[in-house]
Amino acid sequence: MINKINIFRKFSAVCPVIIALFLMISTHLSASEPQEDAVVIVQEGDGSHAIDPHAKGSEKKMDISAVAFEHVLDAHSWHFWGEGHEVASMPLPVILYSNVKGLQMFMSSRFEHGHASYNGYSLYEERIVSENPTESVYDFSITKNVAQMFLSMILMLWLFISIANSYKTQGLTTAPKGKQSFFEPLIVFVRDDLAKNNIGGKNYEKFVPYLLTVFFLILINNVFGMLPIGANLTGNIAFTLVMSVITLIVTNLNGNKHYWHHIFAPPAPKAIWIILIPIEIVGIFTKPFALMIRLFANMTAGHIIIISLIGLIFIFKTTMASFVAVPFALFISVLECLVAVLQAYIFTMLTALFIGSACADHNEDGAHNEDDEAAAVKHH
Amino acid sequence: MNLVTPGIGLIFWTTITFILLLVLLGKFAWKPILAAIKTREKGIEDALASAENALKDMRELKSNNEKSLLEARAARDILMKEAREMKDAIIAEAKAKSQAEADRIMNSAREQITNEKNAAVADLKNQVAALSIEIAEKILRSELSSDEKQKALVTNLMKDVNLN
Repeated sequence: MINKINIFRKFSAVCPVIIALFLMISTHLSASEPQEDAVVIVQEGDGSHAIDPHAKGSEKKMDISAVAFEHVLDAHSWHFWGEGHEVASMPLPVILYSNVKGLQMFMSSRFEHGHASYNGYSLYEERIVSENPTESVYDFSITKNVAQMFLSMILMLWLFISIANSYKTQGLTTAPKGKQSFFEPLIVFVRDDLAKNNIGGKNYEKFVPYLLTVFFLILINNVFGMLPIGANLTGNIAFTLVMSVITLIVTNLNGNKHYWHHIFAPPAPKAIWIILIPIEIVGIFTKPFALMIRLFANMTAGHIIIISLIGLIFIFKTTMASFVAVPFALFISVLECLVAVLQAYIFTMLTALFIGSACADHNEDGAHNEDDEAAAVKHH
Repeated sequence: MNLVTPGIGLIFWTTITFILLLVLLGKFAWKPILAAIKTREKGIEDALASAENALKDMRELKSNNEKSLLEARAARDILMKEAREMKDAIIAEAKAKSQAEADRIMNSAREQITNEKNAAVADLKNQVAALSIEIAEKILRSELSSDEKQKALVTNLMKDVNLN
């Protein structure tokens, strides 16, 4: 079991490296000829309805990086399949707050996929911009990511409340059945292997509901992100930012005397305090920051790798490339399934570890906890 | 760059969703689920412990049984031994008693026999004495029945008497 986890950790450690490479390549590609591509896309949308994409393929260069970013970024409509006029997508509500016009709500279909402006606003690269330069707009739209998050919330509420009810209806003496028997081991795993092992002590129990919520919200959205039309919520920096800020708040609200003592009066000569205290203060923030980047990078990396591999077929303009690209994409997809579970585990485990190191009884195993944490961070 | 710029909308909705999920799931799902799992684990633990205890009790009972069986056997042996000893003692006593009785009877019989014999001997002696006297009387009578005989006797006696 531990060996396997170590292997998983190595795989997940490889992912950010690969994404970094791909990001570098793709930004380089897009930077080289960004204007040209933008123009081509606008032209395509504007006029020529009868354009055959295959006929146009020779004239138009496929912008793989644009496609890749379209897949990993948030959107104001839920795109299912198709391009141009054959597009199948669902419009989502746009909610704007502007310092001039106040709160406004309308459907994203008003923008006609960025080709039209509405009420003085237009959609540019999935960002809503005002035509009035003095107006500042805050976008609280129910985007694709938000919509998926709401779906996952409804799913989680239904799933876990019905599981809770099945304990009441079936009683405790019968063996768990159906979804209860699938999720009970996961719940026990989070409670025992994540909360109890990393937080320990007597007070680990009060963090279990929080850790369970974090684990299942990330896990379910990781899995949703793997679906062909799913949104890349857990690979969105805003989502991981909120999750890690909550970790930061929970960790520091539960920091005990020893935790703060370690930060503001480290066990070192006083002359070094001037260096150590700022480092310790920065350390409070780097731990959740690493959490934020780790989840974001791992999830986004997988999506970009897959779209890039499929994109190879269009770059080489030969179907023969699919003999290489498709097996590789399949391999990465399987790896991503693993990463989806693994990253939910790691996020929860490290959150538990941070809480544990902040509120643990340091008399016996304080140093041990810190070593664990350092080792765990190094692995990913 | 869009990819690493967090959007305020998603931050807002994520915060709302997470807090809502934490509160609702915490109240309606995690609390009852964790309580149920804990109760069941405790039940299983208790059942195991009580099974262990029952096994221990049974073993104790079994060993107790064996012990009491052994004790009973020992007690039986002692009783048997005592009974045997008592039987032997009774027999021995009875034997001694009967022997003594027999001896006593024999002695008294012997004594009686001796007494009877002595009495018979004494009686016989008396009768012999009486007979002897009678015979002597009869002899005397016949010896002294005539004067000649008396004279002869006197003479005879006188002959014997040596007048020295």
